[in-house]
Amino acid sequence: MAKEFWKKHENLYYAITNKKVIFGLTIFILVILLAIFGPMLTPYEYDEYAGAPYSPPSRQHLFGTNIMGQDVFTMTVYGLRTTLIVGLIAGTIATIIGCVVGFLAGYYGGSWFDEILMSLTNIFVVIPQLALLIILSAFLEVRGIMVMSIIVSATAWPWLARAVRAQTLSLRNQDYVNLSRISSLKVPRILREDIASNMFSYIFMSYILQFNGTMLATVQLEFLGLGPTKGISLGLVMQNAVNWNAIQLGMWWWGIIPGLILTVMITALYFVNTGLDAAFNPRLREM
Amino acid sequence: MSEQVQNVMSVRNLSKVFKSGVFKPKYTVAVQDVSFDIKPGTIISLIGESGSGKTTIGKLILKLIKPSSGKIYYKGKDIEEIRNKDELKEYYKKVQGIFQDPFATFNPLYRVDRIFDMIYDSFGYDKSNKEERIHQVLQDVNLVPERTLGKFPHQLSGGQLQRLLIARALLMDVDVLIADELISMLDASTRIGVLNLLVELTEKKGMSVIFITHDLNLGYYISDESLIMYKGRLVESGDTKKIYESPVHPYTKMLFNSVPEIGKRWDPEEEFLPEQVIKDVEEFYKENAGKGFAAAGENHYVLYSID
Ligand SMILES: Nc1ncnc2c1ncn2[C@@H]1O[C@H](COP(=O)(O)OP(=O)(O)OP(=O)(O)O)[C@@H](O)[C@H]1O
Ligand SMILES: [Mg+2]
Repeated sequence: MAKEFWKKHENLYYAITNKKVIFGLTIFILVILLAIFGPMLTPYEYDEYAGAPYSPPSRQHLFGTNIMGQDVFTMTVYGLRTTLIVGLIAGTIATIIGCVVGFLAGYYGGSWFDEILMSLTNIFVVIPQLALLIILSAFLEVRGIMVMSIIVSATAWPWLARAVRAQTLSLRNQDYVNLSRISSLKVPRILREDIASNMFSYIFMSYILQFNGTMLATVQLEFLGLGPTKGISLGLVMQNAVNWNAIQLGMWWWGIIPGLILTVMITALYFVNTGLDAAFNPRLREM
Repeated sequence: MSEQVQNVMSVRNLSKVFKSGVFKPKYTVAVQDVSFDIKPGTIISLIGESGSGKTTIGKLILKLIKPSSGKIYYKGKDIEEIRNKDELKEYYKKVQGIFQDPFATFNPLYRVDRIFDMIYDSFGYDKSNKEERIHQVLQDVNLVPERTLGKFPHQLSGGQLQRLLIARALLMDVDVLIADELISMLDASTRIGVLNLLVELTEKKGMSVIFITHDLNLGYYISDESLIMYKGRLVESGDTKKIYESPVHPYTKMLFNSVPEIGKRWDPEEEFLPEQVIKDVEEFYKENAGKGFAAAGENHYVLYSID
């Protein structure tokens, strides 16, 4: 039974036994758990005066306190939550738009439809991302998580659309698609086995990259003071730390710890990414 | 029309123009006004330089791309009219191809066995002796089943993949096989084996083969008839012996002159330059203006002019 299952889902087997995937995923899950349960573990609110200002990490304040006496651990876990949610929503939107536009353009490659979609995409590509984000953010005075996500995803999809189009275009003309056609394979099966499955790992990995990319873009915006107008996020914590010269004043825990968590998480996802690449591609599997 | 029924395949005034881009479209004329017939149980070689349109003709016959103009008849039936799934399946049961690049012909995510599974799934062959038959055809092409089945494409060599595709075609009882640079990746001894196998199949089962190659010696060795392509046009066709012994078209002449011979040194003075060929061909067309594609003898046709 179990053996049959793994034989059928070979890719899954290679994916979950890949060392890089296991390593990356473990760290990522730990960070997610921190975001989910962290707020329950802390007795403080993220914006309240929690203890003596300037305190280095201690038992009461795991990540220390900032200049206003707020608990950095509390701010970090709440901020992590927001940042993850924005990354997730924005990454999903960007991936969906990128894939749909790219797939359609590629499938109807060479047609007017393709040409129009690609012109549109190219316009988005040449607009400097940060400039657009700054302008959009400035116009929208009240910015919640959803608005942030949409702003960020607006500039994240074009590169994916172009890549997916190129993939579709080249897959469509592959001789193995031709072989399936002269083998009278049904069209849905060709789309599934020859086109989609050869693109799946790519799209899956693009999703991870989009997630990372949008999270970073969000933090960048927040760092420039264009983040959510209410609440807290990792970028805001770091922005505050910089505004108050935390590092120069010796409060390394204020700015560095939140940044470190973000870095570790993104690195972990890159590990998952390369691990999956190896797992999905028989050519790269370690024998 | 009765003539077309007798032939297993008839190609009439076939042209294919590829168009790329929409705003500033670029046109490539890949095949232009090509006509020929294929008789049952014969091997016909399709010869021409790279880019002359050989693969395109194969893909047109396999209905993988649509012609810009012209017709292809299979046993007298216009293949453009084959539209519904069942008819198309019947067509592919009888008209098959082996593509030029074996590496590109296998989906990298699946084990090579998939190429056999697909035809068993689609064409309803008897599955009770599936394994036996596959082992048999693999042995026919000099492959060890245990060392090839169950492998991923990247674990096999180009020659092994090519032989797997030949084995796939052998499993099917086809009328027409389009073999695009079929044995390009095989070593000399396997080559002979595969070629003899093809000849045997044409003799025993009446299969016809369109043998695409740019190896002239190979074409001579294997084919009853030959088609010489030059820049998308068919410039000379007919009986292989006649074409090889008394070529008429300047391009064909050049082709046979440039075959390296053992014991003869390469002489740059004798080298035909592409510009020279273009000039010669132009002149030839001018001299023979009005003649078009005409007979030069029995079962020997030449493109005399393109007006
Ligand atoms: N899908 C395509 N889109 C645009 N142009 C194409 C396409 N396929 C082929 N061509 C062009 O058509 C011409 C004929 O190509 P084809 O592949 O038929 O040549 P060939 O005779 O098989 O060459 P080779 O010996 O190198 O395989 C070439 O100029 C090629 O660039
Ligand atoms: Mg070719």
